[in-house]
Amino acid sequence: MRFVLRRAGFFLLTLWAAVTLNFFLPRMMPGNPAIAMMAKFHGRLTGQSLIALETIFGVNTHESLLAQYWHYLCDIATGNFGTSLFFFPSPVSQVVRSALFWTLGLVGLTTIVAFLLGTGVGIVAAWRRGGLLDGIAPPVLVITSAIPYFWIGMMFIMIFGLKLRWLPWSGGTDITAVPGWNPAYIGNVLEHAILPGMALLITTIGTWTLTMRNNMVTILAEDYVRMARAKGLPARRIMLDYAARNAILPNLTGFAMSLGFVVGGAILIEYVFNYPGVGYMLLQAVQNEDYPLMQALFLLITVAVLVAILLADIATAIFDPRTRTAR
Amino acid sequence: MSNPQLPDPVLEVSGLSLSDPPVPGPVLEVSGLSVEYVLDRGSVRAVDDVSFTVSRGEFLGIVGESGCGKSTLLFGVAQLLAPPARICGGTVRFQGKNLVGLTDKQLSAIRWRDVSVVMQSAMNALNPVTSIGKQFKDAMQAHGVRNGDEIAARSAEVLRMVGIDPVHLRSYPHQLSGGMRQRSMIAMAMLFTPDLIIMDEPTSALDVVAQRAMMVQIKELQQTYGFAVIFVTHDMSLISHFSDRLMVMYAGQVGELGSTRKIFDRPRHPYTRGLLEAFPSIRGPRVPLKGIPGNPPDLARLPTGCRFHPRCPLAVERCMHVTPGLYQMDETLVRCLRLADGDTSQRTDEHRSLTP
Amino acid sequence: MAATTVTTQPGRASAGHAARRFWRAVRRNRKATAGAVLLVLFCLIALFPGVLAHDDPTAQIYPRNLGPSAAHLFGTSGLGNDLFAQAVWGTRQVLIIALGAGLAATTIAAVIGVTAAYLGGTWDGALNLLTDVLLVIPLFPLLIVIAAYVQNSGTLVLIAVLTLTGWSYTARQLRSQALTLRRRDFLEAARVRGERPLYIIVVEILPTMISLLLAAFLTNALYAVLFASSLQYIGLGDPNATSWGTMLYWAQNNEALQAGYYLQAIVPGACIALLGAAFALLNYAFDEIGNPALRPVRKIRSKHVQSATS
Repeated sequence: MRFVLRRAGFFLLTLWAAVTLNFFLPRMMPGNPAIAMMAKFHGRLTGQSLIALETIFGVNTHESLLAQYWHYLCDIATGNFGTSLFFFPSPVSQVVRSALFWTLGLVGLTTIVAFLLGTGVGIVAAWRRGGLLDGIAPPVLVITSAIPYFWIGMMFIMIFGLKLRWLPWSGGTDITAVPGWNPAYIGNVLEHAILPGMALLITTIGTWTLTMRNNMVTILAEDYVRMARAKGLPARRIMLDYAARNAILPNLTGFAMSLGFVVGGAILIEYVFNYPGVGYMLLQAVQNEDYPLMQALFLLITVAVLVAILLADIATAIFDPRTRTAR
Repeated sequence: MSNPQLPDPVLEVSGLSLSDPPVPGPVLEVSGLSVEYVLDRGSVRAVDDVSFTVSRGEFLGIVGESGCGKSTLLFGVAQLLAPPARICGGTVRFQGKNLVGLTDKQLSAIRWRDVSVVMQSAMNALNPVTSIGKQFKDAMQAHGVRNGDEIAARSAEVLRMVGIDPVHLRSYPHQLSGGMRQRSMIAMAMLFTPDLIIMDEPTSALDVVAQRAMMVQIKELQQTYGFAVIFVTHDMSLISHFSDRLMVMYAGQVGELGSTRKIFDRPRHPYTRGLLEAFPSIRGPRVPLKGIPGNPPDLARLPTGCRFHPRCPLAVERCMHVTPGLYQMDETLVRCLRLADGDTSQRTDEHRSLTP
Repeated sequence: MAATTVTTQPGRASAGHAARRFWRAVRRNRKATAGAVLLVLFCLIALFPGVLAHDDPTAQIYPRNLGPSAAHLFGTSGLGNDLFAQAVWGTRQVLIIALGAGLAATTIAAVIGVTAAYLGGTWDGALNLLTDVLLVIPLFPLLIVIAAYVQNSGTLVLIAVLTLTGWSYTARQLRSQALTLRRRDFLEAARVRGERPLYIIVVEILPTMISLLLAAFLTNALYAVLFASSLQYIGLGDPNATSWGTMLYWAQNNEALQAGYYLQAIVPGACIALLGAAFALLNYAFDEIGNPALRPVRKIRSKHVQSATS
């Protein structure tokens, strides 16, 4: 229990760090981006958004830095992320919500599948040392993990979308599709999710598989695995209860760490496929210089990663009895 | 009936005897066993043509320096080798049946029921993420015991046999002390009261007092339940008090094999003598200690002829060119050319015997 | 991201002896050789681009969107650049970023990781916390946010940004290994001799960690290549620079894929993938060299087959 509390504390600390970064970054930039921005938006901004912009860059306010910081923290705590500049006058929170659904579906599901599949393949590859899987998997996966995420996406578009014309490769659904809980719409959604999903799967599965395999190989040399053999336990039992269970533990925390990279990949994949998720929206916000939206999305992504890490930590605490008595 | 030549106070108190003759009929027959490690630069034989038998209820000790191949031999006998190690020759007959070449599946029938294993470090040999009880249960379920009550009862029983409170069935390995862990491993090995228990240096990780206690415990259990024991160790003095027969290994081969008593009274192989001379006696006259000069050979680059000749005080020209076989002298097997020649220039004045 | 498990057990080998052993290991391991060859190839291309490509990569004088031909090996871009020249000359910027950010990030990681391990106590705790926090904040979004504020990041800015965000991952690994070294005898000897902590860190600890430092460098270089290209691709780099990432940016802008000008996207992507693969292969190979258990196992064919489970 104490373990979990400590991790929750860390979680809050990191959240605070992210929020603070959000606050200080625009103020730290060399030159005066605020002025440049004003000039750019000149004439196109109403009083409200101008004020919002000034608040972000800390220009023309009569408050001290500390006061601004305090106000900012209060705003965040109450869920007030400001108004979007591009989607004016919608509040940021509303804009974000629409994208959240798409990302959770695509990225969330794909990541879970990649993790389970990758871990499974890693376990089997290590178990049959010297077999076919063990021979081809590591070098192939090492190479695939070095390929930039977006490039695989582009290749997919080229091959499956354009050349073969099997699957759609842009957007969350067809533009003409009518939203609703009916098979036609859902089918359309799934169809559009296949290519980006596969691209994401291929790029992220490599890390899980390789770390799991390497961990398993090390664990298989341990005495307690030999002991399990000596006891005459069936092979599957040894592989799962003795080897995999111990091998996966370091992988869980590794899983959490890698989530940061998965997020990065997801952003690029969404961009390549014009998939209307959180990542796509972030990039749009950047290109539109919609800073309030950008900041909110950054926080959202950070929170998501932190929550996942916390869940992984809880899982570790449940499955590894040694952590319960640690320090 | 305790042996008057061995006034070991601990043993006397527990009333154990060392010279009860074991029941005839071998439980294990190892014949010409060889194990090699297949490496990039070629294979290396860690165990070379080793043969010995173990009778019912007998306690066989295997001693040697680190790297002599004794652990590899043990794993070879138990069919627990993993690549790059593999058996490249010989047979291992357990109750008549050859185990070499059988798959894990085929072996599972006799594993643990008839032959069990105790390893060196319980911390490493026990699954760190499952409780002791669960690990006992695993073994029993693998051999057809399904009834939960039976399992619980037997688990508690074996723990009590080694002096551990059955409440610890719920504990995880890291929650027990070193000695308790080690003993729970022995308890686990006793689950089916097998005919043979193979032990790989189970006392090496313990302090001297705990070592002694554990050895006594093992001996007690052996006397009560009648199983045979193969005990591998580098500690000559410890094993001498408990084993019926002794096998001294050197560089992957059998150096000397015979009854413990005979070997201690009259060690024949120069290596064995060297080992015995290295141990001081608490009560005897003060004798200058002698180690054995040099290091054990690199198994990939063995000396020609006798493997021990570079370090042997009795070595002559012949020893460099002729490879000695095992020669029988009285009832002991010895791998030494000098002794086979009937060479009696052994230095009898420096004999070590068990009488202090 | 290279998958690594920290298992190296360093000894105090002399530099020359270690270097020779290292070289032999590289030659024997196929992955290492492949990776090394690729890397050397790219370095040569970066050093002597004029030898291979005769056109000026920035010259937008050719007819647009041509396919491959004798005059233009990879065709031309949507703005009239020769793709081959762009790819060849672009190697320079990518390598500079990779090696620069790799080196800088590894240096910071080494300093922080080893110092934390060496000093221990509250210093260790504080530095650790800093590392962990930075580690957990998702890197790519952070990069995007920073780059968004900076606008039009050139080479130097990219290196700086990548370094500042990327050192935390390898700092952790280096700290773990430094921790195992802390109590070793030769360090105690140095302490007893009265050497100052800085001396001990630089002269005694770091050389024994060479293999891990190398692995960290490769990891950071790979990360730099991928992320720098990604940033340029989405338009946060300097679009007028000659680099593989910017080539992709223009290809995207040009809607090259939709229009069927595949090479405009394939070429830069393949280059990035190859260079990335070079780093990844070397990294993985060093893993194997350090931990022999991971090396490929030859299946033993004989009647006495013994595998993990027979």
